[in-house]
Amino acid sequence: MIVGLDVGGTHADVVLLGTEGLVASAKVPTDADDLFHTVLRGLEKITAGVPPEDIHRIVLSTTLTTNAIVQGQAPPVGMIVSGGPGIDPALHRTNKHYFTVGGAIDHRGRIVEAVDPRSIKAIAKQLRREGVRQVGVVGKFSVRNPVHEIEIARILGDDFDKVFLGHRVAGSLNFPRRIATTYLNAAVHPVHQQFFNAVQRSLAEKGLSVPIRILKADGGNMQFSASIDFPAQTALSGPAASVMGSLAFAPDEEEALVFDIGGTTTDMAILVNGVPLLDPTGIELGGYKTLIRALETHSIGMGGDSAVRVDNGTLKIGPERLGPAMAYGGSVPTPTDAMFVLGMIRTEGREAALAGISALAAQLGLTAEETAERVFDGACRSIIDAAEAMVARVNSKPVYTVHEMLDGHTVKPRKILVLGGPALYFAHRLEELSGYKVGVIPRWKVANAIGAALARTTCEVTVFADTERGIATAPEENYTENVGSRFSGEEAVQLAYRLLRDKAARLGGTAEAHEVEVVENLQFNMVRGFYTSGKNIRVRVQVKPGLIQNYDPVAGRLTD
Amino acid sequence: MIAAQHKTGLVFFPAFDWAISPTHPEREERLLYTQDQVFEEGLFDIEGISEFKPDLVTVNDVQRVHFCVPDPWAVMTESHFISAGGAKTIGMAVMNKEVERGFALVRPPGHHAMRVVHGSRGFCAVNIEAIMIEFIRAAYKVRRVAVVDTDCHHGDGTQDIYWHDPDTLFISLHQDGRTLYPGTGFTNEIGGPNATGMTINIPLPPHTGDEGFLHVMREVVLPILKEFKPEVVVNSAGQDNHFSDPITNMNFSAQGYAALTSMLKPDICVLEGGYSIEGALPYVNVGLILALAGVDYSRVREPAYDPKRIRQPAMVTARIAETCKEVLAIWDQRQRLRERAGEAGELISRERTLFYDTDNIVERQKETVRVCRDCGGAWKVDSSSDRRKRILAVHIPRHACRACQQTGYDWFDQAPAAGFDKVFLQDRTKDQFRIKAPQSAGA
Repeated sequence: MIVGLDVGGTHADVVLLGTEGLVASAKVPTDADDLFHTVLRGLEKITAGVPPEDIHRIVLSTTLTTNAIVQGQAPPVGMIVSGGPGIDPALHRTNKHYFTVGGAIDHRGRIVEAVDPRSIKAIAKQLRREGVRQVGVVGKFSVRNPVHEIEIARILGDDFDKVFLGHRVAGSLNFPRRIATTYLNAAVHPVHQQFFNAVQRSLAEKGLSVPIRILKADGGNMQFSASIDFPAQTALSGPAASVMGSLAFAPDEEEALVFDIGGTTTDMAILVNGVPLLDPTGIELGGYKTLIRALETHSIGMGGDSAVRVDNGTLKIGPERLGPAMAYGGSVPTPTDAMFVLGMIRTEGREAALAGISALAAQLGLTAEETAERVFDGACRSIIDAAEAMVARVNSKPVYTVHEMLDGHTVKPRKILVLGGPALYFAHRLEELSGYKVGVIPRWKVANAIGAALARTTCEVTVFADTERGIATAPEENYTENVGSRFSGEEAVQLAYRLLRDKAARLGGTAEAHEVEVVENLQFNMVRGFYTSGKNIRVRVQVKPGLIQNYDPVAGRLTD
Repeated sequence: MIAAQHKTGLVFFPAFDWAISPTHPEREERLLYTQDQVFEEGLFDIEGISEFKPDLVTVNDVQRVHFCVPDPWAVMTESHFISAGGAKTIGMAVMNKEVERGFALVRPPGHHAMRVVHGSRGFCAVNIEAIMIEFIRAAYKVRRVAVVDTDCHHGDGTQDIYWHDPDTLFISLHQDGRTLYPGTGFTNEIGGPNATGMTINIPLPPHTGDEGFLHVMREVVLPILKEFKPEVVVNSAGQDNHFSDPITNMNFSAQGYAALTSMLKPDICVLEGGYSIEGALPYVNVGLILALAGVDYSRVREPAYDPKRIRQPAMVTARIAETCKEVLAIWDQRQRLRERAGEAGELISRERTLFYDTDNIVERQKETVRVCRDCGGAWKVDSSSDRRKRILAVHIPRHACRACQQTGYDWFDQAPAAGFDKVFLQDRTKDQFRIKAPQSAGA
């Protein structure tokens, strides 16, 4: 059986899935100051009475690293940054112990200027003196040639708990983001390691020795042991969990929008043929722009509890939440109150809701029902507008070839999947207003935990080959080989796939190997003088985000 | 967090699947290393710098500027529609005030493309700056535009397009035509009888360096711009003055280009040439973008930069000072020169032969312009190529007077049906393009 646990802001959802479908689900309140006990309580609650040997997979999605980053509770980190010509690397400063050093690599991976070992030794000495235990080392173009980062790490030696190297955190070009991402990995490393060691130890004491997996922002998971090198990838996994939970119900051959409608916000994502779209660069978190792979999601301040007021004769809904709906004892009217007035919700509380909506109605010169209808329609409409803007944004992302420009894929969703507390009530009106078919995700209350439970192990590999220099390299994988002048684009793809399969296995993927695809495949003849001197090849492959193999029977039974 | 002082928009369209031919300088690889540098520097993440996806230009956009023979599809590839579209997208972003300044980093380039287009010359088929400028004139009612062409080659296409336009100031800085393609751009090329002085050529000797370029900017370009008071300044931002460029002989550097951009403060930059794809373009483009956005560029330095090796020779400095004096003297006399160029109502003709080096076509032109004191003047071009095509192109300018409008229509209506493959009328007062083919017209 599989356990999925998703820690949210107010509570943690946890599910137990078996071949028969959803076996059990539970909710425990989140104690933001003690996530360890929150997680432990959730796991205890769901596994009570289940023989430990029956549980073969545990996946957690936590707010641990997100909180650490957003709240700035990082330990001191030493950042050593080698810039080379271009923007002054001092402008990319991430934290207090940030040192820029010499050394330069160019776009082809050629060394332009050597690193000065004495300057590194001096920095190492200072860091040791000031008690810094985590270090990040980042060079410009290190993903084309990591030799300087490796040399700096060698000089630093074994004097630090952990040294993070920029070329290992992501394969794409973006020096400032590589710096920020490396910094965040180093900054959350201690809290991440402590937390998961503690969880693992506690579970082992209960006889649960199955390795824990952790959900990432890209909707995939990795084993805890592998995450030690990339702890920041576990940030912002919450929105991804819900999207993954909706996948089992997404049409395979169609494009769809997923709305997770909550009390405060609505999070949205786009599915293309059952696969969620990824953000092409990386998440932004706590003021840092990163290379952390994530699903393309968009969040707006519109939900069941959004505050409604009349401003200069017009209705304003959200973006802030000022407490619960009046029907539930709040002091400000909300779309939920409108739903009470419209008779969509028939539980206790209509009187308070009506009082709130009537006050708005008086200002607008309308009846309470008319006002409620406007509030509800306004909320639905602003969600649809935001989704359409998101689709337009995705479709207007720049492309760099004539082919993609003229024949590139345009996303045109025809279906909306909704989940979240008020989703059931919104579905019908969303359908009427948008013209899209709207479906409610079954088991939406725990879709996030189900998504965590069933998510696949995802990863990505970038291969860069330069046959003039005679190298093929995948810096993230710490891989370089010498290649001849005939090394082809096809061979580069094969190499990338081989490295991807190895990486997936290392991260905990078992059957994911064939859920792979080429994301980028560019090959250029390098012409010097009037002759072709070599080929410049860039290949990026990935395990697509999705659900684990043989989830179908499980998912099929989730609708019961 | 780095923030731009000037909100800057970029269109980046490297056309990674388009080349004139596999080993041609204008090939797939040209902007590859520029993309690497731009991405690695994280320029699109800078607060205030944003990237736009280019729109394609329409045939109407092209026909505001060009007479394509026999039609636009015959001389343009998809990539030309996108590259001109990139310039247009940036023009719109600036005019809509979404950004303060913009740079279309696109290929193929355009500044050698003239009014009549039989094929490609100097790697260019259509003039992407002119298409953009005429679009913003039509859409935003802009009148006075200055084009400053800092490509190493004379911008003969742009010069030809604006030769008779008193509302467009065209200034070209380039390597002396006696030493480089296209072999034109001397100080005595100053514009037609209705726009005398509005074309300014500043030929520079081989080995001109940062000192020379910045001297010309300070002493000639900026003072003339100040007097002309353009509503929009466009920079044809070629990057082949760089000391490492393989097909030119200049000593300009990335720092020099960035400083020039800071001085010029162009509203819109459009990439032109530049073929040192590894040693120059990555650094020149980063410097240029930072300078446009008002971000510190002092550490942008190409690996091969050696100030001693590219110092400008004293003889070159002296020659440049002479040229500047000459150019300013012509500028100061432009009113008198225009009066002397012809009598109002007079028809003035010139004949010339043009060579399309890229497509190996020879074109013969006879151009006739009506001298006018009230507008830019109607003109017509009788053009035939060695591909046995002959067309007549008639142009009525944007603010044409009644007499010039009448002249244009007379030329179009009275053109002998049998003599031409096509007769074109570009009536800019109505933003209209009309085509008369003899088969239908003569029947």
